[in-house]
Amino acid sequence: MWRTEADLLGDVLALAAAITLVGASFGALAVTAGLPVWLAMAMSLLVFAGGSQFLVVGVLAAGGSPLAGLVGGLLVNARHLPFGLAIADVIGCGPVRWLGAHLLIDESTAFARAQDEPHRARLAFWSSGIALFVGWNVGTLVGAIAAGRIGEPEAFGIDAAFPAALLALLLPGLRGAADRRVAAGAAAIALLATPLLPAGLPVLAALAALGLGRESAS
Amino acid sequence: MSVWVAVLALAAGTYALRLAGPLLAQRLTVPVRVQRMLGLAATAMLAALVTTAALTDGSGFGGWARAAGVAVGAMAAWRRSPFVVVVVLAAVTAAALRALGVE
Repeated sequence: MWRTEADLLGDVLALAAAITLVGASFGALAVTAGLPVWLAMAMSLLVFAGGSQFLVVGVLAAGGSPLAGLVGGLLVNARHLPFGLAIADVIGCGPVRWLGAHLLIDESTAFARAQDEPHRARLAFWSSGIALFVGWNVGTLVGAIAAGRIGEPEAFGIDAAFPAALLALLLPGLRGAADRRVAAGAAAIALLATPLLPAGLPVLAALAALGLGRESAS
Repeated sequence: MSVWVAVLALAAGTYALRLAGPLLAQRLTVPVRVQRMLGLAATAMLAALVTTAALTDGSGFGGWARAAGVAVGAMAAWRRSPFVVVVVLAAVTAAALRALGVE
């Protein structure tokens, strides 16, 4: 997918630009929901997980309790544990992993897993983790300050960009038949479970598709 | 519970979830078969994220504009277009459909 490391870093920066816009929409939404700017910033700096942050703000805006937001947010973020097991070697060992753990997000996992060699995987993980962290936080700050004066990212189709980006990163890993069976099964399970389960659980329920990858290691 | 306490607890819990994987993997010797299963688990969850992010919003359908945008991006990815082309095509398709009144 990438011939040179410069190609890879260019793609990382493109996704960081897109996440800046989503961060701005989060910042604006949080302030509109009544959160002070510093708390919106604290969330983006310390939680750094968009899905759970939007969920918490949504719960609060709807008049729900902070505890309900906390529980929902933790459910949405539970997937980071299996992600961390899967790319533990990329995050590294020693003190550096205490920092690397905070950069473990869907996109850095997908970027790392799309690489063929360990050196490239580490470069992809750290560069995407750092670039998206900076983009997300700069976006949050701008959005929180300019709340009400910026448009919705939906008008630019940013909400379609992220699933497409994750898919492009996922495709190189679907070479084997077992990988394709598991991916298709997981997609179907998550889709069917979405109307039935709280946010976050459909993605975990999709792990049941691992049964489809058991025999014939390809 | 005040909001800032919930935010701090979410931050601490999320960090613990993120750190648990690398810490556990170092304590245990992970056999090759299990390592392969963990890779498949990441594939499964990423596929689930792609599908739900493309097609759903809350517990319902996410709308045709986004679904069509992701579909166009998927076709570009399938044809091995550069990553930036995939991302921009998906966004432009969804934005254009919305500009035309498709939701």
